[in-house]
Amino acid sequence: MSATTDEVLPIRESDDVVRVRQAVRVRAVAAGLGLVDQTKIVTAASELARNTLDYGLGGTARIETFTGSPERGVRLTFADNGPGIPDLERALTDGYTTGGGLGLGLSGARRLCNEFEIDSVVGQGTRITIARWK
Amino acid sequence: MDRIPILKLGRALLVSIQVDIHDRLAKALEEDLSERIVATGARGVMIDISGLEIVDSFMGRMLDNIAAVSRLLDADTVVVGMRPAVAITLVELGLSLTGVKTALNVERGMALIGSGQYEEIDGDDALEGGDERNDG
Repeated sequence: MSATTDEVLPIRESDDVVRVRQAVRVRAVAAGLGLVDQTKIVTAASELARNTLDYGLGGTARIETFTGSPERGVRLTFADNGPGIPDLERALTDGYTTGGGLGLGLSGARRLCNEFEIDSVVGQGTRITIARWK
Repeated sequence: MDRIPILKLGRALLVSIQVDIHDRLAKALEEDLSERIVATGARGVMIDISGLEIVDSFMGRMLDNIAAVSRLLDADTVVVGMRPAVAITLVELGLSLTGVKTALNVERGMALIGSGQYEEIDGDDALEGGDERNDG
């Protein structure tokens, strides 16, 4: 599959989470995803962008559209230089949270995507890549 | 900071979220609504989310919180207008909003929270007129 132009958005404040959602929506439409797939990837993006802000202390979202065959879709990478996640397995468990949330952000985002990859190093940061395609 | 307008209609409060909102605005709505419930003595709160393209776990939790707080303040909450794709995504996300009453549209939502609207004034069902009778 061939990737098209990347777009990198900063995530530094609450408004940036909204901007990421809107940019992902535009890309998902352009990639030809159906309404339910669009909604899923935008929702997953919202969860991960908020995590980047709240837990990663800010970072970036990279948005990439791929329009090759047979798969067309959107791939997103959220990266931060925050404290990292000490126990990934636990962090991916429904209901586990170190903040005040519901603990559905990571685990829920994983369910909403076709591809989910997470790399985290304590003291260095976290990088999460997700993709949704049709 | 912006605020989401809260309208009063009879004994209900109406909120229509028409654009994608950031988290602080959602929190502000939660606080504003609880104050308005007490100030107006409203018995129902209707939140129209037909304008929302997504509901993530933060927004879902906010809707849940509003419903729980309203209940403590003696008001019923109903969320109306959820898009089908949003419902599918919410369930997959793991949030089925079990604490929140929902209705497909504003009319049905009003029927849910407005059913007690005339009770105190009229005592019984004398004014129910064209409404569906509910003798159950």
